[in-house]
Amino acid sequence: MSPERLPVFLARRHYRRRRVADAARLLPLTGAILFCLPLVWKGSPEGASTVGAMLFVFGLWVVLVVLSAVIARHLRADETEHPARDGAAEERPDTS
Amino acid sequence: MTVLNLLIVVCLSYVVLLFAVAFGADRAARLGRGSWLRSPIVYTLSLSIYCTAWTFYGAVGFAARSGLEFVTIYLGPTLVMIGWWWTLRRLVRVGRSQRITSIADLISSRYGKSNLLAVLVTVLAVVATTPYIALQLQSVTLSFAAFAETDPTATTLPDMQSTALWVAVGLALFTILFGTRNLDANERHHGVVMAIAMEAVVKLCALLAVGVFVVWGLAGGVAGTLERIEASGISRFEVSGARWVGLTMLSAMALLCLPRMFQVMVVENEHEDHLRTAAWAFPGYLLLMSLFVLPIAALGLDLLPTGANPDLFVLTLPLMEGRDGLAILSFLGGFSSATSMVIVAAIALSTMVSNHVVMPLWLHYSGTVAMVSGDMRNVALMARRLSIAGVLFLGYVYFRISGGGTALAAIGLIAFVGVAQFLPALMGGLFWRGATRTGALAGISIGAAVWLYCLFLPSFGPEMIVPQSVFDHGLFGLSWLRPRALFGAEGMDPVIHALMWSMLLNLAAFILGSLLSFPLPLERLQGAQFVNAVEHSGTQAGWSGGMAQSEDLLIMAQRIMGAHEAQALFAAAARRQGVAGYLPEPGPDFIQELERALAGSVGAATAHAMIAQIVGGTAVSVSDLMAVADETAQIMEYSSRLEVQSQELARTARQLRQTNEMLTHISVQKDEFLSQISHELRTPMTSIRAFSEILRDTGDLGPEEQKKYAAIIHDESVRLTRLLDDLLDLSVLENGQVDLNIQSGSLTGLLDRAVRAAGGETGDFVIRRDRKAEQIELTTDLDRLAQVFINLISNAHKYCEAQPAVLTIRPEVNGTQLVVDFIDNGSGIPASKQAMIFEKFSRIGVSKAGGAGLGLAICREIMARLGGDISYLPGQKGAAFRVRLPLEIDGPASQQGRSKEIRSKETDSP
Repeated sequence: MSPERLPVFLARRHYRRRRVADAARLLPLTGAILFCLPLVWKGSPEGASTVGAMLFVFGLWVVLVVLSAVIARHLRADETEHPARDGAAEERPDTS
Repeated sequence: MTVLNLLIVVCLSYVVLLFAVAFGADRAARLGRGSWLRSPIVYTLSLSIYCTAWTFYGAVGFAARSGLEFVTIYLGPTLVMIGWWWTLRRLVRVGRSQRITSIADLISSRYGKSNLLAVLVTVLAVVATTPYIALQLQSVTLSFAAFAETDPTATTLPDMQSTALWVAVGLALFTILFGTRNLDANERHHGVVMAIAMEAVVKLCALLAVGVFVVWGLAGGVAGTLERIEASGISRFEVSGARWVGLTMLSAMALLCLPRMFQVMVVENEHEDHLRTAAWAFPGYLLLMSLFVLPIAALGLDLLPTGANPDLFVLTLPLMEGRDGLAILSFLGGFSSATSMVIVAAIALSTMVSNHVVMPLWLHYSGTVAMVSGDMRNVALMARRLSIAGVLFLGYVYFRISGGGTALAAIGLIAFVGVAQFLPALMGGLFWRGATRTGALAGISIGAAVWLYCLFLPSFGPEMIVPQSVFDHGLFGLSWLRPRALFGAEGMDPVIHALMWSMLLNLAAFILGSLLSFPLPLERLQGAQFVNAVEHSGTQAGWSGGMAQSEDLLIMAQRIMGAHEAQALFAAAARRQGVAGYLPEPGPDFIQELERALAGSVGAATAHAMIAQIVGGTAVSVSDLMAVADETAQIMEYSSRLEVQSQELARTARQLRQTNEMLTHISVQKDEFLSQISHELRTPMTSIRAFSEILRDTGDLGPEEQKKYAAIIHDESVRLTRLLDDLLDLSVLENGQVDLNIQSGSLTGLLDRAVRAAGGETGDFVIRRDRKAEQIELTTDLDRLAQVFINLISNAHKYCEAQPAVLTIRPEVNGTQLVVDFIDNGSGIPASKQAMIFEKFSRIGVSKAGGAGLGLAICREIMARLGGDISYLPGQKGAAFRVRLPLEIDGPASQQGRSKEIRSKETDSP
């Protein structure tokens, strides 16, 4: 059982958890890109209005807070990132 | 009572309340009743010290000057918090596992517990934070002055500087009282945390209250507010892309690097899981804090006279409308923001200053530290208290010198760029094993230098520190060294300009320095621990503890941690080691534990140095280095070692099980053998005894009868003797003590001899032989082999029921092996009995002849001695035995070893 041979299949629970962790990593990047969106609007002929940008930024902010709360609910920090290394019990192939 | 007097009363009551809350929380924690003190909500609220007076007052001012741009200062932290899985989790885990006391401690720990690096970080942190503290003092005095101005009865305006002084003294008192209760920085300051959590609630409520008042009280609802914003001077979204992105990045970096944020986020962190709540609650808090900033700014610009300080709109709007209660609440919000920031910043900075500057100096100048008696704890605590006073004094001095003229937001951003210089070393240390001390030193130094030259010193204004000629023509007249246009980057925003160049050069120096230098062993060990903190914890540098004196260590630990705690730690370690008393064996594990405990009090670098003074230095063993050199190889090696060990265990267990089975079997056999032999001996003995009794007691026996009885006795005696002979023979054979008499001869002669001895052919017993095939020369113990043949032939004679019984003897040479089959035409031996026939005393059915059942057992032993075997050959018409043996037996010497080998083979497969 060399460390290179991490299991290909994980139990559904672990698989789901890893994807949630992926989502947790992606969320700030998505947020950063979207927060830059108002800069693009400046290019339009009449310019961008502060109110429009404000509504967008705050709306996005609320969405990020909610998403972060949802993701955080599904991520327990005390579980390690690589459950496969924890023991053979975790390496059970996915039977589903 | 005038508003000003009311304000003073409310303010003082608020301060009293803060002291009471802090005192109550400390008391509850001490009594163990403070589980609510450790809730994730309190943790999240304590993070809100990010929102200082700069946020409370400055954000509105910022928005009034540049519109929506103010929000970048809160977007950065939002992104970092929702990305907690990347960085904060790792940061908090490292901070907790290494008992980190400050950001300087973390960076110095990571890079080989280097105190030089810690000093550099401390100095930069002090330089960057002092203006920030001045800013808080300024905001309190400004807001106080704003109240005084509106008060018609106030005859003289209060002296701004004396207000600042009183605030500074009060904060110093509070911080010293609640921030230096215990030396171990890793023990939570529950009082302080609770007080700032309460202040967080107050400032949020105050800002929301002002916002609600502005939106629904002044602008007439949401739609009206939006119209007012559209109509104001900030209606256009004209943010430069560089500033939008740059300031977002800057605030994100600052959240990670600000010493006060590090203090509440990492050092005061109670449980890693609290991050999960903070991940959404803190962005939510920031959202609420910035929600009403634009409306307040727009209304302020609209309603207040031009020239009014936009930084004070939060306060002046309610005042102008005559809402004194709301204004006082707003003042309390600003006051809370300012005080909580100053308190935590002072704690964070004082920890750094005392651990990395004062204590090492004190250790250096007081000579042989560890041995001197006296409580060093008091020295350390005093150093921390003096540092708090010093930091606040510096802030006050800065405030006096700068005169409170600069716009609030500008100072905040300047400080942000300063602390952001820690980021490459910090993140590089957490994620890159290759980061070295040299790289970190180079990166932070160059970044700090660029920051000082391009942003901090010019911020005092031309001719204050940096002469105008340098602004215009650059340092030494080199135009590419102009502080606002470094390398010809003209026309940029000064903050973004300084941020860009300082971070680029910092990063470049950090990476280059790391690539070109070679880390010390301790650095590499620490690096491995930090980088792998989330996956698994690695090995620590082991102390060569043999030389250490437990008593010296105890004396030192008592002086730093206090007698009680140190004795408890030592006693616990001694108990774990199974040693009575207070002095455990100074093994590497214990010394490491002690170092961690000390690090919680005086920082990693100082703790390391102090232990090194007594113990004499770290032993980085070759295996440690190998571990660092290749973690993967280490894991692989470890797992393969485990695998080998488990295989070995399984093998041993299997062998043990086999041996156990064999022993049980042998024991059973022995019992059977004993009972069999008793039985076999008893039968002839009984008849001998009976007939001899008849001979003795019966007087009138005829000579015929006497002779008959004597013959029976004789026969039985012969049988007994034969049995004993056989037993002896078997025992000799089994013990391998037999001496072989090796001769050469032909198989034909041997068989002739055997047939003769077995009684030869009779009428109803025919032996078929192939005399041509029997022309084989043998070199072996012919007598013993003949014994086997005789046994087989007489067995056939005795047991074959066929009429006539025909025994076929079929020799064959197979390489160097001779194979002789003895096959009769009887009914054979049933399969269930075949395995047993070679065992002692095994007889099939009722014995016809008086054999003891030892014959085949003896045959088997003999054949084993001769280097061959005898086996039952199933699948023939009748009973068939196959004898195999080498044509030429090995020499007697090897024969001895061989026989042992055979014996062991036999016992292997019972």
